[in-house]
Amino acid sequence: MFDWRWDFTWDILPRLIVATGNTLLAAGLGYAIAVVLGLVLALAQRTPSRALTLVVREAIEFVRSTPLVLQIFFVFYVGPQFGLRLSPWTAGMIAIGLHYAAYLSEVYRGGLESVPKGQWEAATSLNLSTSRTYFRVILPQALPPSLAGMGNYLVGIFKDTPMLSVIGVAELMHTANAIGSETYRFLEPYTLVGIIFLALSLPTAAGIRLFEAWVRRKLGMV
Amino acid sequence: MDAQDLSGFPLRLEGDTVPMVSFRKVTKSYGALVVLDSLDLDIDEGEMVSVIGPSGSGKTTVLRMLMTLETINGGVIYVDGEPLTHMPRGDRLVPADSRHMRRIRAKIGMCFQQFNLFPHMTALENCMEGPVHVLGLPKKEARERSEELLKMVGMAEKRDQHPSRLSGGQQQRVAIARAMAMRPKVMLFDEVTSALDPEVIGEVTNVIRKLVAEHHLTMLMVTHQMGFAKDISDRVCFFYGGRIEEQGPPEQLFANPKRERTQQFLSAVKEAV
Repeated sequence: MFDWRWDFTWDILPRLIVATGNTLLAAGLGYAIAVVLGLVLALAQRTPSRALTLVVREAIEFVRSTPLVLQIFFVFYVGPQFGLRLSPWTAGMIAIGLHYAAYLSEVYRGGLESVPKGQWEAATSLNLSTSRTYFRVILPQALPPSLAGMGNYLVGIFKDTPMLSVIGVAELMHTANAIGSETYRFLEPYTLVGIIFLALSLPTAAGIRLFEAWVRRKLGMV
Repeated sequence: MDAQDLSGFPLRLEGDTVPMVSFRKVTKSYGALVVLDSLDLDIDEGEMVSVIGPSGSGKTTVLRMLMTLETINGGVIYVDGEPLTHMPRGDRLVPADSRHMRRIRAKIGMCFQQFNLFPHMTALENCMEGPVHVLGLPKKEARERSEELLKMVGMAEKRDQHPSRLSGGQQQRVAIARAMAMRPKVMLFDEVTSALDPEVIGEVTNVIRKLVAEHHLTMLMVTHQMGFAKDISDRVCFFYGGRIEEQGPPEQLFANPKRERTQQFLSAVKEAV
């Protein structure tokens, strides 16, 4: 019943390891987009323009309330109808980056709101410009309380990359599926995928906690 | 800001003795709650004015409006002869835009009850931030200026420490140096000793005494330290219910208050001590 074949395991391992590279690349690129775009979305909600705030809020709510897999399909398959023909990689990165940007913007929002009002007032009393106030005073203080949430979503985006297999991005899950349909053996490839995800997720979570402590120390905020 | 008729307010204050700060019929309210009711207050150059009064009397609001941390609902505030809350357009005053406010605000420095030092910068970096990035001084000059001020407040040895490593009194002294590094003409002290342990209040008040003695600054101070206010002020204003109930030289106001509310307040404060 339980028929695990080691020779088959060793045969497919190199292919899965190569695919792991793609998974890491997808998670990294998607996260980089999300980190930057999320900040833009968070700051866009703090301008004096009520209309902009409202539009951005609704867009974030929309993204957060619909499934990622639907968003991936939408960008890839519906995009061409509007003349937007994208490769699986590009479509996937846009979809997953946008999706996580919506979540990260909420993390940043919490971080920004945790900075005491007195910090803004001190910046005004020193006549610092708005951009200087954000980049030199407010954001550095909003970072440490945001790191835990940012770390959770880093692990989250990593675990969500298999969804990109639905549009044919050759990441880990896609490769395991391909092996399965070629050989009719699923136990080994799927088990290996699970082990690889576990082996990468756990140290990442621990690394984030260390990084958080390091940032606080670095900023002198212990 | 509500639309109001500003035709009675001059575009700028002119004459031989222009006050450094002038509140003209300034009103501040939050909805139906009137915090300041048509306040008129002139502060001369080099004058040290203390503001006392019960909490909720609007005294802190006076400082916060002058630092543009609060908007006003009526009247005009002038600084060094120029309107702060408004700006001239043609022959009339219109509400100031942020650029105008920034220019006038440069003449004002402020210290806060909670110090509000930037926690991720050292004492020296806190002092240098404004001179380098707002005034555009070369780093070397800003550093020299900041180090000199930190020396004046007795914090030269702690210049490379972050605020989390400093006591409240030390943080407040750094905050005073930071504000002074911008070379303001007017300094505002908002209950700067209220958050301090009793034994370190003296180190902060001594620094302010030193400022009064050595610098030709206009100062406006909200305080609960009656003895301190009596010692160093040229004038004391007693606020009550959003208005100046009584004002005068400290000897007179503390020893011989004319209004009943002032008498009540001063005797209540005395009992508390």
